[in-house]
Amino acid sequence: MSKKVAFIQGNEAGAYGALYAGCTFFGGYPITPSTEVAEVMSVELPKIGGKFIQMEDEIGAMAAVLGASLAGAKALTATSGPGLSLKQELIGYGCIAEIPCVIFNVMRGGPSTGMPTGPSQSDVMCAKWGTHGDHPAICLVPASVQETFEEVIRAFNLSEKYRTPVMIMPDEIIAHMRERVVFPEPGEIEVVPRKSPTVPAEQYKPYDISFGDVPPLASFGSGYKFHVTGLNKMQDGFPTTKADIVQAEEERQVRKVNANVDDIVTFEEYLLDDAEVAVVAYGSTSRSARYAVNIAREQGIKAGMFRIKTFWPFPDKQIKALAGKVKGIVIPEMNLGMCSLELERCAQGQVPVLGIFRVDGEPINPDQILEKIKEVK
Amino acid sequence: MAYDYEKYIRPGKLPHIWCPGCGHGIVMKGLIRAMGTLNLKKEETALVSGIGCASRLPGYIDCCTLHTAHGRAVPFATGIKMARPEMNVILVGGDGDGTAIGGNHFIHACRRNIDMTYIIMNNYIYGMTGGQFSPCTPTGDKASTTPYGNPDPGFDLAKLAIGAGATFVARGTAFHANQIDKLIVEAIQHKGFSVVEILDDCPTTYGRRNKYKSVIEMMNRLKEIAVPVKAAEKMTAEQLKGKVLTGVLYKEEIKPEYTAEYAKVIERAKAAK
Amino acid sequence: MEKKMPRIEIIEKYCKGCRICVEFCPKDVLEMKGFYASVKNIEACISCMQCELRCPDFAIKVITE
Repeated sequence: MSKKVAFIQGNEAGAYGALYAGCTFFGGYPITPSTEVAEVMSVELPKIGGKFIQMEDEIGAMAAVLGASLAGAKALTATSGPGLSLKQELIGYGCIAEIPCVIFNVMRGGPSTGMPTGPSQSDVMCAKWGTHGDHPAICLVPASVQETFEEVIRAFNLSEKYRTPVMIMPDEIIAHMRERVVFPEPGEIEVVPRKSPTVPAEQYKPYDISFGDVPPLASFGSGYKFHVTGLNKMQDGFPTTKADIVQAEEERQVRKVNANVDDIVTFEEYLLDDAEVAVVAYGSTSRSARYAVNIAREQGIKAGMFRIKTFWPFPDKQIKALAGKVKGIVIPEMNLGMCSLELERCAQGQVPVLGIFRVDGEPINPDQILEKIKEVK
Repeated sequence: MAYDYEKYIRPGKLPHIWCPGCGHGIVMKGLIRAMGTLNLKKEETALVSGIGCASRLPGYIDCCTLHTAHGRAVPFATGIKMARPEMNVILVGGDGDGTAIGGNHFIHACRRNIDMTYIIMNNYIYGMTGGQFSPCTPTGDKASTTPYGNPDPGFDLAKLAIGAGATFVARGTAFHANQIDKLIVEAIQHKGFSVVEILDDCPTTYGRRNKYKSVIEMMNRLKEIAVPVKAAEKMTAEQLKGKVLTGVLYKEEIKPEYTAEYAKVIERAKAAK
Repeated sequence: MEKKMPRIEIIEKYCKGCRICVEFCPKDVLEMKGFYASVKNIEACISCMQCELRCPDFAIKVITE
């Protein structure tokens, strides 16, 4: 039997990926350029008995998603820059209370209203540093429509596995581009279920570290009763200001992601084996980068590409190793230098990091990248 | 016979954090009696709050409790209710949390008429942060941020709820303690978004700035201003000046409830498949 | 048949001394003793329960048979 194929946008693929992952709740607020996600979910969710709600604002949408997740649903929201800024308050809540959910954020020009229909890659720092306080951060940056479908599934899987909000951030080009998508059969891609408690209800503690850094999460309405707060909490979920507990819990929340970077961080290495110049790219920019690398090779320049698929946690050790092998790193990105700072941090001065930064709403084209590749001596 | 409040109190959580004379404890007791009257199952009841003194209430009650962020109780609860419409969802909070930072969520929950009960303890002030004026602080009153008297007009919380589309709105006071549970029972039984405003007292940050010498004076004020709806019908406008109506202020059963409406959406979607 | 007297229990570890119970008792049954509420005149108690209902601190129980 041949697989189902469709010619769809990244946003639509994101919605179908969520449904494949078992999403049964969507809470959102209309915002360009992400609304197709909400539109598809409003059509598809009720067909499977799921729930779609358009909330009164972005914050409300994030709150509804967290509430639904606590009640046992795999929950999704979709937004874009200004909405992401508003959602930061409750993304932090999701981090400290350890509530799984997925935030599908389409990157448009900013700050503020910026360029609603123009692409950017300027939300990647917001994914890690947007909400206050120390917290774990997972952010995926797909580079095709097919990959958007697949990475949304992985976003759900990671959010359940590590019990934390996960962001997936296609740039506007990926979100609105139409490409062929081959839908996998059910079971073909792993779908991770929520780790539910095995202890009797009266013994259940929502942050019971005897089960490791990621304690099982019960659902409201499933026979368990417990307390959840945005305050620093003890294992039983009740607030505390005891210094040793707060320190240990904060460290655990960050550690549960940072100690598992090898499980979370994904990337693609393209023609890097003998490369002297490495282009590091992500999202739609990586498509221009691949083209530029191919042309460079044709012209006898040993160029390759390291494509970031997981922006957070950042592929620190891979970039450090890469910097030890090449003469220079080129980073094209649709912002004024965000990833480039991370690259400089990881490269630790071993090689120059040359940036191509564009925030005019136009994609970075292969010529620009090729020119930069040639600047590496 | 003394009421067995322990039935719904989490062991070891009392005494609570509220100041001497704060009415929040009286409201909590009313809520517990209402839960008892309706025999609400703890595992099937979600009690959701935002931030503030009143929002610390869920921590004491033995059920599924969620202490959310400032002003966000309503949308969190909306997510819970949508995901599990069979759950009893009750919200508690204060006037600042509910009508300022949470005001938008509040009016939209009223509009949707989603089946939840929101108990708002209105003590006219932000107590937890030290007594700043709220959208419910009467004009002219003193707060830590209105040292020359409050220039803002206040909300009539109940009218706001009715205007926004809530289908059950009631008002009580912390002084009229034996009425609180009855209002909450009726609110929970009502199918739709129900709002119970309890006029409350904050002796620590509101009373002392506004010439109330004691908790007793604040309680006496609640006693004096409250007029039951029925009694008010026989009173003149002059007699009602400065008074506040108490009891069930508004109730209608025609407007459809939101989760029931969404169940119909599911039916239509499945039929169209 | 002799009417049995109610018993009023004050839980001092919960009482915050707000005086609400003392001031609003219709029969003047209670008084403040130092920081806490205390029973002064149980004979006058009519078991109206108002002190228990209005105690914000879960510190009063009116026990009737």
